[in-house]
Amino acid sequence: MKGTEVAQAVKEKFKDLVSNVSFPRDRVVRLYVPRESILPFCKFLRDELSCEHLSLVTAVDWPENFECVYHITSYLEEYMVELHVKIPKDDPKVDSLSPVWKGADFAEWEAYDMMGITFVGHPDLRRILLPEDYLYYPLRKDFKG
Amino acid sequence: MTDIWINMGPQHPMTHGLFNLRVRVDGEIIVDANPLLGYLHRGVEKLCERRDYTQIIPLMDRLCYVSSLTWSHAYCLAAEELMEIEIPERAKYLRVIALELQRIASHLMWLAAFGPDVGMFTAFLYAMREREYILDMLQMMSGARMNQNYPRIGGVRNDVPPEFTDKCLKVMDYFDGKRKQYERLFDDSAIFLMRTQGVGYLSKEDAMDLGVTGQTLRGSNVPIDMRTHDPYEVYDQLDWEVQVEKDGDCYSRYKVRMNEMWESTKIIRGALKKMPKGPVRVKPPKRPKGEAFRRTEDARGEALIYIVGQGETSPYRVKVRSPVFANLRAAPVILKGNTYADLLAIMGSIDVCIGETDK
Repeated sequence: MKGTEVAQAVKEKFKDLVSNVSFPRDRVVRLYVPRESILPFCKFLRDELSCEHLSLVTAVDWPENFECVYHITSYLEEYMVELHVKIPKDDPKVDSLSPVWKGADFAEWEAYDMMGITFVGHPDLRRILLPEDYLYYPLRKDFKG
Repeated sequence: MTDIWINMGPQHPMTHGLFNLRVRVDGEIIVDANPLLGYLHRGVEKLCERRDYTQIIPLMDRLCYVSSLTWSHAYCLAAEELMEIEIPERAKYLRVIALELQRIASHLMWLAAFGPDVGMFTAFLYAMREREYILDMLQMMSGARMNQNYPRIGGVRNDVPPEFTDKCLKVMDYFDGKRKQYERLFDDSAIFLMRTQGVGYLSKEDAMDLGVTGQTLRGSNVPIDMRTHDPYEVYDQLDWEVQVEKDGDCYSRYKVRMNEMWESTKIIRGALKKMPKGPVRVKPPKRPKGEAFRRTEDARGEALIYIVGQGETSPYRVKVRSPVFANLRAAPVILKGNTYADLLAIMGSIDVCIGETDK
């Protein structure tokens, strides 16, 4: 499946919710969805567009907001979705994807540990690489070490 | 009935690197497991934000000392995507040769660790002996046995010496000749088969759902290899096959790795034959802007590097996807219901490298 076909399929279902669609490579589609609709969007990707594998969850600290970047792979159709979600700085929360992909919790642990983004609905959110009583989120830009 | 939690680690012969696997046992049976990580956390992603693009390459080498070249290569590939440069054809072939040599070296290192785990010390001696020849070849290419710092953004650091092709072919012949010896040592050994066959079963559905990649996924009958799934360099022009096994047990994972080593020698022969002459490096731009990611097949699974550049000399954000980090997520699922005595074989067959897991 080509990136353009994937973009068309999600646009038909989610209409205006999908924005800033671009195609970095032939079989890769990059798009933004609002924070509230991430769970139904990912369920749609898994059930209708055969995205079996969540590769990576990245959190980026921009000056105005946080951003979560999800790299989602379809093994069968050989394409990839790069999903961006903007998260406000004063309320760093987003729905956990562990109901959709079981392996998501490990990746989300790391984003929580390093960037302090809370994943709502995560089965066991805790510090994984840093000590339990650590006070800071070191990958934030205001952390100077 | 009393439950007992056993700490396997942080220092234990099973853990290659430092991590603590807490195992809950009911008698001899494992009921639960919980990997505790972070003993080797060095903050690589934060360090990347303070260094310029070239300085990150040796840092990426240190992610995993067993297969350092695959990591610096994955980073260079992502950085090239960000800078939108195309590297010379010869550099692509040199990279493939270096990557496959590194893959063989890494798998041999795994075999050297896995053998003693299941009670075969001979495996250690055999694998280390062969690994030294492979590392000699890497040294001839890059000047170093380990932490080679060989790929560059825009190609590779240097061309190979003229006698490299002959020497490398000689090593490949030697290594291929050893295949029978290995198969007789492992596949004909009743003890080895008893300790690996039917042990540590991971179903196809679980493997996909848990985000497992690499040999653990291919051992569970999913033919996904990033070298063909999302081709990079010249893998799509060379003649080789993805290795898959059906059973999903420790033996399948062992077999995938072993077959991959012989497949790698095929790739190296093909690449040596097809390699064109020409330059090996182009000059990259200094201040890229935008975002890019690339996936590669690391020696342990899918490695993904995501870079955000903001027109500065250093990247704004670098994110590393470690395959072992995701594979460790599957460890509790695989371990559940097996006996405590099989734990070593199961964890050995996942091929844990903590350097890249903790970053």
